[in-house]
Amino acid sequence: MGKTMYEKIWDRHLVHEEKGQPGILYIDLHLVHEVTSPQAFEGLRVSGRKVRRPDLTFATMDHSIPTLNRSFPFKDEVAQKQVEALDKNCRDFEIELYDLNSRNQGIVHVIAPELGLTQPGQTIVCGDSHTSTHGAFGALAFGIGTSEVEHVLATQTLKQYKSKTLAINIEGELPQGTTAKDLILSMIGKFGHDFATGYVMEYRGDAIKKLSMEERMTVCNMSIEMGARAGLIEPDETTFHYIKGRQFAPKEEEWEAAIQDWKQLYSDADASFDEVVTFNAEEVTPKVTWGTNPGQVAGITEKVPSPEELPEDQQLAARKALDYIGLKPGTRIDETPVDVVFIGSCTNSRIEDLRKAAEIVNGYKVAENVRALVVPGSYQVKKQAEQEGLSDIFTEAGFEWREAGCSMCLGMNEDIVQPGERCASTSNRNFEGRQGRKARTHLVSPEMAAAAAIEGKFTDVRNWNVKKIEGIRQ
Amino acid sequence: MEPIKQFSGTVCPLDRSNVDTDQIIPKQFLKRIERTGFGQFLFYHWRLDEEGKENEAFVLNKKQYKDASILVAGNNFGCGSSREHAPWALLDYGFRVVIAPSFADIFYNNCLKNGILPISLSEEQVGELLHTAEGKQTELFVDLEQQKVTNNNGFSAEFQIDPYWKQMLLNGWDEISLTLTLDEQITKFEKSAMVKG
Repeated sequence: MGKTMYEKIWDRHLVHEEKGQPGILYIDLHLVHEVTSPQAFEGLRVSGRKVRRPDLTFATMDHSIPTLNRSFPFKDEVAQKQVEALDKNCRDFEIELYDLNSRNQGIVHVIAPELGLTQPGQTIVCGDSHTSTHGAFGALAFGIGTSEVEHVLATQTLKQYKSKTLAINIEGELPQGTTAKDLILSMIGKFGHDFATGYVMEYRGDAIKKLSMEERMTVCNMSIEMGARAGLIEPDETTFHYIKGRQFAPKEEEWEAAIQDWKQLYSDADASFDEVVTFNAEEVTPKVTWGTNPGQVAGITEKVPSPEELPEDQQLAARKALDYIGLKPGTRIDETPVDVVFIGSCTNSRIEDLRKAAEIVNGYKVAENVRALVVPGSYQVKKQAEQEGLSDIFTEAGFEWREAGCSMCLGMNEDIVQPGERCASTSNRNFEGRQGRKARTHLVSPEMAAAAAIEGKFTDVRNWNVKKIEGIRQ
Repeated sequence: MEPIKQFSGTVCPLDRSNVDTDQIIPKQFLKRIERTGFGQFLFYHWRLDEEGKENEAFVLNKKQYKDASILVAGNNFGCGSSREHAPWALLDYGFRVVIAPSFADIFYNNCLKNGILPISLSEEQVGELLHTAEGKQTELFVDLEQQKVTNNNGFSAEFQIDPYWKQMLLNGWDEISLTLTLDEQITKFEKSAMVKG
């Protein structure tokens, strides 16, 4: 019988297997950031261990750093200590660090693909649940805890049981005016917030093949919001084209060999998945979450549901969510006002995301009383957006234009949403308190966020009057 | 980590599903570089109000649950972020056992690596435990060797746990030391064509 893509990658990396124990999987790429690593490095010191493969380990600073003034001293002393700890740890253990002065700095899941570090068939880990992003390249990538970070630093392996496999066949085409973000939010809404717990899922079908790498990253990024261990997409010409020529991409004769190898990374026709579901892309509409988990989502033309309409086991959670989010059942989504707009995060802060948001923003002004910010995913994205004139479009409209980082996605720095404020956010989690105490988060696409900033409320981007961008320097 | 074999303690009933790691420990407390001292921040936004005063309505603040060491909650417990600060906070606060119908993967793993025993029971069994503990102090007895949860009122449930992890928890073993005994095999693997440096 054939193998799934997941099984192929698993088999290639299996160092050791013993009956009744987790397998030992070799890790090709370990990404490190300031928040989930200090205790792991401390653990190494205490036990007198070294980092086994500093050459396969790359670090950056993204989670807790300021996006305005990044020179020392930080306003937040504790955050500064964490950044300094990473700096010291990387020096002591000889790990490449893209710090705040580096041209390669940025959100860890934006920079690794951008630098060509992320490649098909790899095993990739990081102490961050959105590591699932890299699955867009056909790499097996998952988030790990700090104890596992220490395990990988010390052994370059991870102990893990083989996951069950889930195929999501996405049929049809995404309708005009809808995005990869709407697609993944629709799927989470349909299948549920914990549907894929225990599974590695593979996104398949024409709708996926047609997506750009940026769009595929948006989809895979949110695999964890369905509970999946990892998300995978079969690598193809789109993937190879994206990687070619990047800093760490295979060069010259190695390139051809790499492509031949990567082309083997597909699920065989006779491979069997533990679970197969289908999803019709034609039913996707622009989405806005109304609750406190990403599965609590509705179309822009819909209304906030009444808990009684929902299946019984979801009613209590829905009541608590509506209470927190401050919306009454029956409220029209497109009449819901916003106070803050955040365009950024590892889900939607790449150059393509910013281009699409800028296209909506061009020629308009941010509504009065709305605070809107754009936080590029990396230094390189920021520079490119500035060269293309996108930053001018944003700032002329009244958006704040920031340095790269995770920023308001999780509000570990000063970029937080105030109590009771409602935020249209291109990030990945609308959990209680995620963007700030009592902050109300609504997850949307970059286009929907941009339109909400201009209108001061959620708006159907399918009806947007796009003003052509003159003299764009793409 | 601290071994866990038999454990008895007071139940704290947290009747919520999808309790995510942002709730267990909010992000503003993730900047510490130590592994300890996170208990004071556990369920911070539920436990304390804006002024830092205890929210009396929240279950952890009720006097019958003050010394609880077994947390019982709804399904998909620990979803969201991979932050190991969540089990660190639970442990530091005094919880050694968490019982729920289901757990998110990363959180479940993180518990095992810190000597917290996550136990999956059926919706009905968890419902019964939540109901029994409502408003009053109740004790549970957990036996990892026998894979059993019991109380004095006739509740008895068996639970499943992976045999490898059971051994790790019973003995409090360190996973890295175990893996490093396979150093030769890892080196051999690295020398094969698979790994590009």
